[in-house]
Amino acid sequence: MTATSVPQAASPTAGAPALEARGVTLSYEKTSIFENLDLRIEEGEVTTLIGANGSGKSTLLKAFGRLLVPSAGSMELGGQPLRSLPTRAVAKQLAILPQKPVTPSATTVRDLVSRGRHPHQSLFQPWTPSDSRVVNESLAATGLSELADRDTASLSGGQLQRAWIALVLAQQSPIILLDEPTTFLDLSHQLDVLRLVRSINRERGATVVMVLHDLTLAGRYSDRLVVVGEGKVIADGKPWEVLTPEVLRRAFDLEALVIADPTSGSPLIVPVDPDDHRIELGT
Amino acid sequence: MSARTSVEKQAEPIEGSRFFGRLWRGRVVVVTALCVVVVLALSVLGILAGSSSLSFSDVVVTLLGGGTSGQELIVFDLRLPRVVGGVAVGAALGLAGALTQTFARNPLATPDILGVTSGAALGAVAAIVLAGGSYSVAAGLLSLGLPAVAAIGALLTAAVVYGLAWRGGVDSYRLILIGIGATAALGGITSYLIARAQITEAAAAAQWLVGSLSGISWASVWPVLVVLLVVTPIAVLQSSSLDISQLGDDLSTGLGVAVQRHRVVVIMCAVLLTAAAVSASGPIEFVAFVAPQIARRMARTGRPPLLASALMGAVIVVGGDALVRGVLPGEVPVGIITAIIGAPYLIWLLTRRKERESYA
Repeated sequence: MTATSVPQAASPTAGAPALEARGVTLSYEKTSIFENLDLRIEEGEVTTLIGANGSGKSTLLKAFGRLLVPSAGSMELGGQPLRSLPTRAVAKQLAILPQKPVTPSATTVRDLVSRGRHPHQSLFQPWTPSDSRVVNESLAATGLSELADRDTASLSGGQLQRAWIALVLAQQSPIILLDEPTTFLDLSHQLDVLRLVRSINRERGATVVMVLHDLTLAGRYSDRLVVVGEGKVIADGKPWEVLTPEVLRRAFDLEALVIADPTSGSPLIVPVDPDDHRIELGT
Repeated sequence: MSARTSVEKQAEPIEGSRFFGRLWRGRVVVVTALCVVVVLALSVLGILAGSSSLSFSDVVVTLLGGGTSGQELIVFDLRLPRVVGGVAVGAALGLAGALTQTFARNPLATPDILGVTSGAALGAVAAIVLAGGSYSVAAGLLSLGLPAVAAIGALLTAAVVYGLAWRGGVDSYRLILIGIGATAALGGITSYLIARAQITEAAAAAQWLVGSLSGISWASVWPVLVVLLVVTPIAVLQSSSLDISQLGDDLSTGLGVAVQRHRVVVIMCAVLLTAAAVSASGPIEFVAFVAPQIARRMARTGRPPLLASALMGAVIVVGGDALVRGVLPGEVPVGIITAIIGAPYLIWLLTRRKERESYA
């Protein structure tokens, strides 16, 4: 930077969190899941929502992704209410991979991933070489370049999940929401997906919010964990602050030891079964 | 940064074909063009075929304005509306079928499930039976009042089905179930009316319910043409959203498709097309179901291609009508032919559906 150069003007929303729930009430039909919830998602972090089955973690993610409209309060993107923004404009800022996307028939991996470019296209802005480039990059980043011309029906579970993530990457949004991206995958493919998520966060600076079931993996691959249950946020913070036996007991009704993972140093959850007496607890 | 440069080295050698690949796969263009040719050929055949034989040169001379008044009557008032009507009705049904199957993500979903056809049928049958006239009155109604009554029945039913399916948005599964319910209920009322009717009226109603081009005139062809001209561009503009909507509602929303608005537009297009077609010719069965599936298989696409489906519908109806007029004895309604061809196809599709289709 030279002396004459003007520092780049701060955008009007600088300093605002990437996503924020303000006094949000979320409900299905008449059952309310969260009431008057406040939660800020900070830019550039990997935030993982955890909680017991039925705790509403996916519901909360859907609300952040505008798939569910709060019955009260507002969801904000960069300081602006989500509802006030055109859906296509939101799609350039925010990508969401739902739990069960529908795999279309007779579609190649490349075609599937190409659909991630939809928010960037219109009648007057058809497909361009730069769209092709983004699709190729997304395929390469997810290790799918070789499989680009295969039919999606022929992919294994792990490959298909990577194809969905590639589609979301092709959307080129600074915020990515992933609803249980590791479900139905074996442990090694779960690791693949989470390493991919971390690289997306570190190399592209993407803000990631996801829902995970595996607490140890959540602790290992997240900057921040938000534990939900009882219609509110039970705990919120760095993995070591959140994954404590007390929180696990409260949120999951689970007795567990938390020890340091010898390979990563992140918290490792060891569930305790009262039928096992081989090790005396606390000694 | 090293990761990025290695990615760029893999730049694709076929940029140009990718551009067209997105919009118009080569195969879709070929199939569409092929359909245009076949529709034109069958139309010529349709104008030539009939009980009073006109030679090819007679038809050409008449079309150019040099025929006798008798030839002009046959070509301009009988055969041309029948052929143009067949093309328009078939295209409307084919396009409506493609739209319905695509938004419902189900090849078994036809516009019938929106209640349109049963509503039109009830309207038409009620008009025939309650008008209390003879067959000639019903035939008179067919060319004038009946299409309007059928159209009103179709649109009203579609509106009620859509209204009942609405619950802060329309879920296609719920819409289909309610449509099936409405179809059954209206079908019952229609049957009741026929059972109570005089024999001549019942015959006229049954004739209408099969679907035929024999009573068609310019008066009932024009509305279909107008609807087709207005709706087709609207439907084609929904193409990219239709592609995205194959991924499910949640991901479509995430990708910036206004799912509910898109769905309303698609359903309205399908309803208008079907209402127009059914009002003009009666419900010609299986066209809306079969045409998109044949077009999709020929074009090898993930969803039915819109224009090719419309043209395929025209091929089936005009071809079927040429068949019943030129080959089969007596005046067999075209709806019987399409049902005879369509039903086995439906069974074949159902048995095949267990296997996973793949066109990679």
